Amino acid sequence: MDLDIVCVGFGPAMGGFLTTLSKGLVNEDGTPAVDSKVMPGMPPQVICYERADDLGFGVSGVVTRGRAIKGSFPELNLDEIPMAAPVKEEQLLYLMDPIGASRRPLSMRLADGTLKALKWMLPVKDHAFKVPYIPAFMEKHDGFLASLGQFNQWVGGQLMASGAVQIWPGTPVEKPLIENGAVTGVQLIDQGVDKKGEPDAGFMPGMEIKAPLTVIADGPIGPVGRQIDEALGMPEGHHHHDWAVGMKMVIDLPETCELEVGTVIHTLGFPEPEIFGFLYVYPGKVASAGIFVPSWFDNPVRSTYRYLQHWLQHPALWKHLKGGTMRSWGAKTIQESGRRGEPHLVGNGFARIGEGSGSTNVLTNSGVDEAWMTGVQLADGVLELMKEGKEFTKENLEATYVKRRRESWLEEESRMAEKARDGFQRSFLRGMIGMAMSGFTKGKMNMSGDGRSPYQRVPTPEEYYKGRISPDGIANLRADCQKAGKSLHDELMNRVGWPEIEYDGQILMSHQDALLKGGKVQAPGGYADHVVFLYPSECEKCGTQVCVEICSGQAITTNPDGGVPLFDREKCVHCGACLWNCATHDPANPEKGGIQFKAGAGGLHSAEN
Amino acid sequence: MSELQIVVCGGIVPDPLQTLAPQMGPTGPALKNEMMLPAVLDPWAWHSLNEAANLAKKNPGSKVTLVSLGPKAKLQQVMMTMAQKVPFELVALDGPASGFTESAEVAALLAEAIEGIPGLDKSKLLVFGGWESASRGAGTTMQVVGEILGIADQFLAVDQIDVQADGSFKVYERVEGGKHQVSVCAGAPAVLGWATGNLPEPPNNPQIGMMNMRTIMPSLQKAKPTQVKSEGLKFASVEQPQQRRDTKIVKDMPADQIAAEIVEWIRK
Repeated sequence: MDLDIVCVGFGPAMGGFLTTLSKGLVNEDGTPAVDSKVMPGMPPQVICYERADDLGFGVSGVVTRGRAIKGSFPELNLDEIPMAAPVKEEQLLYLMDPIGASRRPLSMRLADGTLKALKWMLPVKDHAFKVPYIPAFMEKHDGFLASLGQFNQWVGGQLMASGAVQIWPGTPVEKPLIENGAVTGVQLIDQGVDKKGEPDAGFMPGMEIKAPLTVIADGPIGPVGRQIDEALGMPEGHHHHDWAVGMKMVIDLPETCELEVGTVIHTLGFPEPEIFGFLYVYPGKVASAGIFVPSWFDNPVRSTYRYLQHWLQHPALWKHLKGGTMRSWGAKTIQESGRRGEPHLVGNGFARIGEGSGSTNVLTNSGVDEAWMTGVQLADGVLELMKEGKEFTKENLEATYVKRRRESWLEEESRMAEKARDGFQRSFLRGMIGMAMSGFTKGKMNMSGDGRSPYQRVPTPEEYYKGRISPDGIANLRADCQKAGKSLHDELMNRVGWPEIEYDGQILMSHQDALLKGGKVQAPGGYADHVVFLYPSECEKCGTQVCVEICSGQAITTNPDGGVPLFDREKCVHCGACLWNCATHDPANPEKGGIQFKAGAGGLHSAEN
Repeated sequence: MSELQIVVCGGIVPDPLQTLAPQMGPTGPALKNEMMLPAVLDPWAWHSLNEAANLAKKNPGSKVTLVSLGPKAKLQQVMMTMAQKVPFELVALDGPASGFTESAEVAALLAEAIEGIPGLDKSKLLVFGGWESASRGAGTTMQVVGEILGIADQFLAVDQIDVQADGSFKVYERVEGGKHQVSVCAGAPAVLGWATGNLPEPPNNPQIGMMNMRTIMPSLQKAKPTQVKSEGLKFASVEQPQQRRDTKIVKDMPADQIAAEIVEWIRK
C-alpha cells in the first residue's frame, strides 16, 4: 500500500507533528495546500499506526510548562480535557526513612539526623522535609498537569475531526523497510501466527506500507526506531545507557483529602535514595502518584511495584492517600540519556521525533512538551519541502527539520541538561550536587560520571546484600523461589527489614490485582511473543535475572526448571524494562542486551493513565 | 441469495473491561467518568457487523451500512479501529450513547437515519443490530426500529443464520436451556438482533481500512447532532453490584480442581 507519509506511534511527538501538519495541508480558503503524490488529485495520504488498542493508552501523569503545546493551541482550554488543570502549587519533599530499611549512605543518615534534631525550627513533618526552594530550572508554575492518556485522546479527537490525517490503533509496526540505506516505508506485524511467529490459523502476513517519508515516534523501546539505530549506528559519543522505569497509579482520593487541584508534589530520598516520586492532583479528587526507578540504582532486585507500595505508604503521602481507591495503574520506560541518546535524526526517507529521538530533558524533569516540539518542528519542515516540491532526502530534512531543532530552545536546554545527571552514576549525593551545578551554571559545570551500560553496573544479589544477608542465605532463598517460580525481590526485601505489604484491596493490592484491576491487560491471540531471550546459554549462567525482578507485569518469571526465564504475553504491559535492565549482553555487540523486544499487540488498557 | 442492503445498528459503549461505576448525576444516572473511559463498538453490535460483512461478501453487490449513535469524539476513535476490520459505510449520529436513555427514542433516531440512506431499497433490506447492549440489557431497541420501519419479520437473540439458495434463511434464536428456536424467513426485509456469532475476530487489514476511511471520514465530519430527551423516564436509584475480588492466576490446572476451589471460595 502506498501513502505519502507513514507514521509510527501516537504519543505527544506525533500529536505535535500531525496537529501542525494537518493545519498546513489546507489553505485558509479551504483548498488543499499540497497534492498527494501517490494519489494524484487527492490531498496527501497520511496514516499513523499505533500499537496500543486505542489512542492514549500511554502511561504517564505529566506536569509540563507546555510551551510548545500552548503554541499549537493558543486558545487551549484545559476544561475541555479531562484530568487537566493549571499548576497551582509545587512542593519538593525530602522523604526520610520511617522504617529503617532504606540503604542510605552516611551523608544521608547525617542529613536525616540533623533534620530530626532541628525539626522544631525547620519544616519537618511526617518524616519529610519540605524543601523551601525549588530551582527555577525545575519549576512548572506557569504550566499545567494532565493525564497523558486523556490528553492524547483529546488531541486524537481534534485530529480526526480535521479529516486531514488518519490514526489507526491496534496496528503494531514490525520493522522499517530499508533499501540502499534509505527508509522506504514500514512493514506491519504478521497476524495469525503462533508464539514463535510461525503461520497459524488466519495467517495474514504483515503488509508493506511504502511512503516517501516515514516518521518514527515509537518511543525509546519502539522496534522501528531501534532497528534503524542498529542499521545506522549511533552518532559518535552517543549512547542509550540512562533509563528509568516509571510506575504509577491513578487514585480516587478520599473525601477527607485536603490537597487542592493543581498541587504538584515531587519527592526524593525514599524508599531508596535513588528513587524519585511524584503526585499530581487533578480536578474531581483524582491524583496520579508514582515513582521512577533509574538505571543508576544499583540493586539487582529493583522491583518497581514493591517500591511503589512502600513509597505510597510514606507518612507524608499516606495521610493524603489512605482511604482512596486505585482506578488505574501502569508502567513505562523512560529514556533518560536525553540529548546524549540522540540517534541520527534524519536520513533518506525518514525522520525521528519524540523521546526516541533524545528529546527528554532530565534536568528540567520534562519530556512531553519537548517531544511535542520536535513534532511541530518536523511538520513545519515537511510542509516546507512539500510546498516546494522537494524530496524527503537526508539533506533536505536536515536543512528544514534538524535546522529548526538546532536553533530552538529545545536544543539549548537539552545541551544544558546533557551531563546533568552524570553524578548519579557515582552516588546519590554526587548526583544531587551535579544536578544543581548543571542547573545553576546552565550546563557549563557538571559532575562527572561513568556512562556504563546496565549490564556493567548491576551487581549480583550476593554483592549488593553483602554484610546483610549471607551468600548461603541468598542461595537458599534463590532455590526456594525458583522452585515456586517466584521472583527473589520480595524475600530479600523482607529479610533486610522492609515490612510485608498489608493489602487493603483499595490501593494496596497484589501485583496481579493491580494488573487486572488497574491495567486491564489484553493480548489478542494470533501474535508472536514480542519478548525473546536471544542467548539462552547466557540466561542459564545469569544468577541475577533482573528481567524477572523488575518486570512491571510479572510477565517474566523464574523458570522452575532453571535456565531461561518464562514469558507470558498476556501479562506484559510493554514497559520495556527487561530490554534495558538485562544483566547479560551480546558478546559481539556489548550495546545489545540479551533480550529482544519486538513489536507486539496488547498491553495496557486504560485511557486515563 | 441476491444483492442485499444490510444496515447494522451499532452503538458504542465504554469498554466493559473497565470499572464502570454508576452514579446519580445532576441530570439523572450516569457512569462515573464515562467520557474518560475508552469506548468500543458494543460487543453484540460487533457480532452483527461481522456477520453482516460475511453475508455481504457471500452475496456480491451487497452493501453494509453501519448506523451509529454516539458522542462524535468517541465515534471517531472507535471507527479508526473498526474500519480496519470489515468493509462498511458509516452513517454517524452525534448524541449520547449512555445506557440511561429511552430505547424507543434511540430507535426512532436510528429508524430515521435508515430511512434517510440514499437509494434505500426496503425489499432488499436486512436490519442487523445487537439483541441487547452492554450498556442497556433491555433488548428492545431493535424491535422498535423494526416497528417504525414497518418490518414484521423480526428475530431476536440470533446466534446463526443459514442462507438458502432461494434467498430464504434459517434463523437460530436462543431460547431457554441453551437451545435454539429454528425458524425460516422468506428473505428481506427482516430485522435480526444478534446475540453472538460463530465468526472469528477478523485481523486488522490496512487495505480495508484505507477503503473504509474514504467514506467514514466525511460521514463523521457531517454527523448530525441529535437530542435524546428521555422525557417521562425516571430512574429511582442506581448502584453498583457488590463485588468480592480474590485473584489467583494459574495455568494448566485441571478443571475439576478449579471448580473445587471456586466452590470452596463461595462457601467461605
